[in-house]
Amino acid sequence: MIDAVLLSRAQFAMTIMFHYIFPPLSIGLSALMAVMEGLYLKTGDKTYESMARFWSRILAANFAMGVATGVVMEFQFGTNWAGYTRFVGDVFGPALAAEGILGFFLEACFLGVVIFGWDRVPPRAHWFSTVMVALGATLSASLIVMANSWQQTPAGYVLAGTAQVPKALMTSFWAVVFNPSSIPSIVHVLLGAYLQTAFVLLAVSAYYVLKGRHPDFAKKGFALGLKVGLASSLALAVTGHWQAVVVARNQPAKLAAFEGLYESRDDAPLSLFGIPDDDERRLRLSVEIPGLLSLLLHGPSGGRVAGLAEFPREDWPPVLVCFAAYHAMIGLGMAFVGWMLLSAFLMWKGRLFKSRLLMLGHVAAVAGPYLANQLGWCAAEFGRQPWAVYGLLRTKDAVSRVVPAAHVLGSIAMFGTLYLCLFAVWAYVIGAKIERGPEEEHKGTA
Amino acid sequence: MDLQTFWFATLGVFLAGYAVLDGFDLGVGILHPFAKGDDERRVLLNAIGPVWDGNEVWLVAFGASFFAAFPDAYATLFSGFYIPFMLLLLALVLRAASIEFRGKHASPAWRRLWDAAFCGSSLLAALLIGVAAGNLIAGVPVDSEGLLAADLGDLLGPFPLLTGLLTAAMFAMHGASYLCLKTEGALQARCRAWKVRSLLAFIVLYVAALALALGQESVTSRRMMDRPWMWVVAGAGVLVAGGVWRLHRKERLAQAFAGSCALIGVTLALFCGFLYPDLVPSSLDESWSLHIWNSCSSDRTLAAMRVFALLGVPLALAYTVFSYRVFRGKVRLGESSY
Repeated sequence: MIDAVLLSRAQFAMTIMFHYIFPPLSIGLSALMAVMEGLYLKTGDKTYESMARFWSRILAANFAMGVATGVVMEFQFGTNWAGYTRFVGDVFGPALAAEGILGFFLEACFLGVVIFGWDRVPPRAHWFSTVMVALGATLSASLIVMANSWQQTPAGYVLAGTAQVPKALMTSFWAVVFNPSSIPSIVHVLLGAYLQTAFVLLAVSAYYVLKGRHPDFAKKGFALGLKVGLASSLALAVTGHWQAVVVARNQPAKLAAFEGLYESRDDAPLSLFGIPDDDERRLRLSVEIPGLLSLLLHGPSGGRVAGLAEFPREDWPPVLVCFAAYHAMIGLGMAFVGWMLLSAFLMWKGRLFKSRLLMLGHVAAVAGPYLANQLGWCAAEFGRQPWAVYGLLRTKDAVSRVVPAAHVLGSIAMFGTLYLCLFAVWAYVIGAKIERGPEEEHKGTA
Repeated sequence: MDLQTFWFATLGVFLAGYAVLDGFDLGVGILHPFAKGDDERRVLLNAIGPVWDGNEVWLVAFGASFFAAFPDAYATLFSGFYIPFMLLLLALVLRAASIEFRGKHASPAWRRLWDAAFCGSSLLAALLIGVAAGNLIAGVPVDSEGLLAADLGDLLGPFPLLTGLLTAAMFAMHGASYLCLKTEGALQARCRAWKVRSLLAFIVLYVAALALALGQESVTSRRMMDRPWMWVVAGAGVLVAGGVWRLHRKERLAQAFAGSCALIGVTLALFCGFLYPDLVPSSLDESWSLHIWNSCSSDRTLAAMRVFALLGVPLALAYTVFSYRVFRGKVRLGESSY
């Protein structure tokens, strides 16, 4: 029989990765819609209104999926991770409760007005509702990422409970909220959401350019998308670096796995490529820049970077997965910066819309941020292993003891099937909405 | 009131908020197949369209606060009821998808598929919530370590099945009361007939469930003997049900809806009365029960969260009132409808 711990991890990974397809777009789109409606109120330009109306339809389908798959996450802590719930309830619970009580009500109640209230409330009240949804979504995301960051870098707690049932008790609310990784993680996650949204905006606009439809919508969409995409891709590089410094300080084994660094070095190189080999404890086929890792983490005077050899083997995260996910994310991040700079330059030169190849590129590029957001979380969460709470609670002790592996396998099969079907339907529905476009939407053919 | 009791009461408020608000959403789902033709079905769906998402947040708030306030009980209950809770989650996901996707394609086969999913998942969710509540009143085999390992068969005793049906009937009645306010003409006449039938079913099941609860030999059923106020509430339930009937006959539909809310309140007050101060009562040994003092978070955490609750709940109510005011009146199908 397969291990119940591994199965519960697989189930959590599957359900959270599926869930995370949706929230970044909801976070970014609600914020961008607030901007569009604000521009409409300010300039009176009807195109901005029709853009906001169009995107509110996309937001509706996206949000519904995010909410539905999000409820599963919350209750899974209890069903599959009872040991974890008992350990972290005192510290992690308040963040989850605050998300529900303060963030979720805000977004869900006003979302109804945003989607269905176009002709029921005046434009200012509609704009206000959109701002409230954006605020709620941002608050929810921040609280959830804060809770996750406490698992990465626990602070403001004291250990209590028994040897059988250990617990962390909160000693300082603010130390929990501002634990070492919380602010950099929140900022990075929000920027990742804006980048994903910008690429969706660009892809849809490029598609209309290719088809020769809705030219005004496409041009304004491109201008907005490029601004947001360029700013967030550049800012992501900065916050990514900030996060790496925090990881190096607080989770050294995780950083060593990200970088494929087995031996501690004073002038550690930065590996651009390689295949980690745990048995030989070296990076095969590595392409590296000498001294760069030490330089990035410690500044020009350099400094020591701890390698995996300093940690007991049972405390290593899975090095290959961490290295691959982390490097793929950074590679994509660099590509985003280049792609945004190129597109912005060509737009300034007035040549962007003339190239079909570039437009096709923008349609295809939408996959990039989706992938990068998933990869970033893979790196963060695989890098946390073998701990559920870093250095305090092992994943194998976090699982529900009473749930047999067969039951977990059953629920994986059930949710796997449902999610596959729902993804197909969601993709079809979103595709149909894009195909219908903004103007037909406005005239109302439903 | 100590912090633990405050949080027990607050969880009760979240659960009541969920049952009163999302209760009619689930009820509309249960009644949905009885509507005739696509237009009627769309009216039913759009009656809850703009508000169901906000209503479901009461369940999210309930779950998250339960996690934070009583983590040991949360861990035991949810891991112990693994299969029913997984089915409940599945139903909630499927339900959200069917509301969102049904109207996105015109083919009859597509709509029949989502209609079946919408009704099936709403009914399943209502039944499972009721079965879980019934098991708590009946007591579950929590062991000396505070762990619960129950098979699905253990959870489907006669009393939990009865409370499952009671919950489904209660939500159907509530859904019909809500629909009476949102529909007109022939459809409204049918909603009124559904209301009469589901109200009758509710009254019968309510009395039967109370009788069975009192007939059981468990710590929770003995509580009603020690708590005279529960007899008053139980009796008030019957009176309110009669009142709802009269109001309904007199076509005072708004008041009848308020009465339906009150009936849900009565039922939940009895549920909390049976349970308090237990959260997961043990049927094996009373001293192994998880109650609000042996499964709670620290006072510091409970006090910090009380700030969120006192700040957040009035705000949540304000948003809810705002959104219901925007969408007041009868359903009109328009361009952004489902």
